[in-house]
Amino acid sequence: MASNEEILAGLAEIVNEETGLAPEAVELDKSFTEDLDIDSISMMTIVVNAEEKFGVRIPDEEVKNLKTVGDAVSFIANAQA
Amino acid sequence: MARKVVITGLGATTPIGGDVPTMWQNALKGVSGAHTLGDEWVAKYDLPVHFAARCSVPALDVLSRVEAKRMDPSTQFGVIAAREAWADSGIDEIDHDRLAVAFATGIGGVWTLLDAWDTLREKGPRRVLPMTVPMLMPNGVAAAVSLDLGARAGAHTPVSACASGTEAMHLGLELIRSGKADVVVCGGAEAAIHPMPMAAFSSMQALSRRNDDPERASRPYDVDRDGFVMGEGAGALVLEAEEHALARGARIYAELAGTSVTADAYHITAPDPQGLGATRALKAAMFDGRIQAEDVVHVNAHATSTPVGDKPEYTALRAALGSHVDNVAVSATKSQMGHLLGASGAVEAVLTVLAVYERKAPVTINLENQDPEIPLDVVTSVRDLPSGDIVALSNSFGFGGHNAVIAVRNV
Repeated sequence: MASNEEILAGLAEIVNEETGLAPEAVELDKSFTEDLDIDSISMMTIVVNAEEKFGVRIPDEEVKNLKTVGDAVSFIANAQA
Repeated sequence: MARKVVITGLGATTPIGGDVPTMWQNALKGVSGAHTLGDEWVAKYDLPVHFAARCSVPALDVLSRVEAKRMDPSTQFGVIAAREAWADSGIDEIDHDRLAVAFATGIGGVWTLLDAWDTLREKGPRRVLPMTVPMLMPNGVAAAVSLDLGARAGAHTPVSACASGTEAMHLGLELIRSGKADVVVCGGAEAAIHPMPMAAFSSMQALSRRNDDPERASRPYDVDRDGFVMGEGAGALVLEAEEHALARGARIYAELAGTSVTADAYHITAPDPQGLGATRALKAAMFDGRIQAEDVVHVNAHATSTPVGDKPEYTALRAALGSHVDNVAVSATKSQMGHLLGASGAVEAVLTVLAVYERKAPVTINLENQDPEIPLDVVTSVRDLPSGDIVALSNSFGFGGHNAVIAVRNV
């Protein structure tokens, strides 16, 4: 079970791998589309990589609700619980 | 009077140089880009051919990791070559609605396609990347170059196997002559040094099996030639309407005087032994450029080093140029860099333009015993081309019976 800090750090690593954004830029209140400029194709790659890293399933219909990094961290934490 | 089209920018990434200056120096020196492959898959699949000509500078040394991730290796090479050609042209301001792309490939995103298939079988559909389709589509490279340069007058992908790169030049010329564009970035890209295409080309007996001596395997016109050597890479050229180039004071390498495309309609893979389709292509390109046989001083031949392919090209050259063919300096540059398939015509176009501009014919290596049935004047050490008005031709032929020829004239 990963802590929220660990999930955030892991997510930041995945975002960096996909987009080249500095991991420090991936903060809880940042919007994936508005702030981080992540398009839908990159978002799906990030989702699939997060599923593998955290051992969770993020259904396609949930992805649109993950507007901010914080939304994704909460979803993953709940799914792991 | 048709618009005159000139060449103002050159780019390449190849087994004998990761940029045009390096490639050109090596082409004059005569080096081999072929080496034994160190990949585990060669032994794993017990491939009959253990060597190929890889790009001398890996794409990941040039592109950022993030941009490379979204491109098939063939597109990576194409974008690298296109950026070099664009920078070389010196164009800084342009009407992007008048800028087109004609970027060819023979096979397209074969690495992406087969990687995705492996992923599907090993990990299931969820793990197949969402970028798979845009990365594997054959127009991926033209689209990436269009996106990179902001080219909005159309992005085209001629696909005619190993004639593709030369057909891109033909299309580029047509786009400018017909007034649909003022500038066209033309080229070809290929990245097929993957076990499946290596196995497939081997099974049709097209590849050299000189595993003990890769550097001497590609030997066009030699009696001991036994097949081509798989290469990879890309070439790119900026074609420009002459008045557009003159208005901005551009450095002009040469004129793209004429081009042609014909089809054999003879056999799906075998060349017509009489070289009739190739002859018609040569004559058509010369007619298109108002060129007489006596104007031609240099040919960059298709010459892949296969037993059956090299001779019909000679037959065609003799039919098109008559006895003047004996005075023409012929270079078979695949002897150095192997066969870049859909990229070969573009890279050879770059070499042909430089041959006219620098008035030097590049070297054919590994010609030890010239096939007596192919009595061409083959350039084996760097040779000066004459002063005055000159024309050079470059031929490409592809499986499917595709023939394409370009004619390049000094300015």
